[in-house]
Amino acid sequence: MLGAAGAYALLRPATAHAQPRTILSRPIPSTGELMPVVGLGTWITFNVGDDPVARAACADVMRSFVAAGGRMIDSSPMYGSSQDVIGHGLRQAALTERIFSADKVWISSGAQGREQIERSRGKWQVRRFDLVQVHNLLNWQEHLPTLLALKAEGRIRYAGLSTSEGRRHGDIEQLMRSQPIDFVQITYNPLDREVEARILPLARERGIAVIVNRPFREGALLRDLARQPLPPWAAELGCTSWAQIVLKFIVAHPAVTCAIPATSRVAHVRENMDAAYGRLPDAALRQRIIAAAERA
Amino acid sequence: MSEWWTYTLADFLMFSPRTYWRLFELYNVAIWPAQLVGVAFGLALVALIHGNRAHRDRIIAGLIAACWLWIAWAFHTQRYAQINWAATWFAAAFALQAALLVTLGVLAGRIVLETVNVRARRIASLVIILAVLGYPLLAPLAGRPWSTAEVFGVAPDPTAIATVAVMALVRGRLRWLLLAVPLSWCAIAAATLWVMDAPQAMVVAAATLLALWPAARGGRGGTPAAPR
Repeated sequence: MLGAAGAYALLRPATAHAQPRTILSRPIPSTGELMPVVGLGTWITFNVGDDPVARAACADVMRSFVAAGGRMIDSSPMYGSSQDVIGHGLRQAALTERIFSADKVWISSGAQGREQIERSRGKWQVRRFDLVQVHNLLNWQEHLPTLLALKAEGRIRYAGLSTSEGRRHGDIEQLMRSQPIDFVQITYNPLDREVEARILPLARERGIAVIVNRPFREGALLRDLARQPLPPWAAELGCTSWAQIVLKFIVAHPAVTCAIPATSRVAHVRENMDAAYGRLPDAALRQRIIAAAERA
Repeated sequence: MSEWWTYTLADFLMFSPRTYWRLFELYNVAIWPAQLVGVAFGLALVALIHGNRAHRDRIIAGLIAACWLWIAWAFHTQRYAQINWAATWFAAAFALQAALLVTLGVLAGRIVLETVNVRARRIASLVIILAVLGYPLLAPLAGRPWSTAEVFGVAPDPTAIATVAVMALVRGRLRWLLLAVPLSWCAIAAATLWVMDAPQAMVVAAATLLALWPAARGGRGGTPAAPR
């Protein structure tokens, strides 16, 4: 069952919380730093304003995420109050030093890029961002040089580009070929597989880490899949939910570094993180997952 | 925005329905008992529309302007902007509507309401009563707690609906200038609720169309009367 997919999945010991299992991790190609294959997105789910109850729930989600071995948390200045909520949660749960902070620059003016990144960093309350990406390629011509300069200055560790839902793949491909980026963020799941043709192979060829957003199509894919009972082979993968099957499908692709499902519920983050353990589907099983998604 | 045709309404919804309704819950707690003032203002509008007191139209414009200015500041700027960066623009639009009502209505007296067409006034009154007394009921009807109720005068949707009803009575072409922001907001509100799968979207759309009916029927002529 593990097959070729499992062979390239590097294992590393669990984090400080003693885990009986080992979490699946992938190296970031440009440095070799290991990254657990399931991260945490914050689009919509962490945009809760100053609601103290919802903020506490988000802090619990982050606490559970890190306890389960997760590292990458991804956000953007476009996500409303999400950055503030992350900062609040990191401080409440004392997690600042244990996460991999991934944010974005999202502003039309290239001249204001640094200022926005610094403002975002203040909201996260981290010493420096690990990764900053140009959100949806907005004015990448000015922002990418800024990110590369920040990286050279040691103010961020990695630079990248992001897009979603299949937009601007031509531009992404061109930039992956021409720019010294560490990360690219794209949409990939059993129904949205356009990136398999060119972008994912190119990422492997060029040594670029891949973050996968919208793994569940903002929940729509899981709602559709929920109409089908879990297939018998789910148990072979150690999956107890469609969410875990979909995540395992995504991270089984050898080019994928980390998938970032978003949730505001502790039960869901635990369920998602369970997908970062155990076996990954081989090529035949991945085809069956695609077939199930297309039937849904 | 590149490849704009690939975006859907849902792509612009950046918060969950749960967060949206919690926003109203926290807002209602924070501003209590301002809701009572809003309801009083709404009922006063109905009485004024059917009355004939001096400076009636200036008072109506002033009452509605106060509501729009309050919502611009207390709701959009202080609350909604936390979860929707577009709320800053919404606040500006609401403040603009308040400014129009004050300058054209309260100060210049150029906002003159229909007095002859009884049916038009009755429709306006019906819509205002629905917005003031009926709209808050949508919260429990949808299975949400009362604390999430949207109240005329302090919440944007019922205020915009009632404002459309009143502005539809304004004589002359000025009505369309005064309807621009309220109608735009009703469209935004209905779209937001629609994307959140809230049946309330249909209520907003239907109430707005009903409120607009007098303007559509009588919007082809008429000149403003002398200032009252």
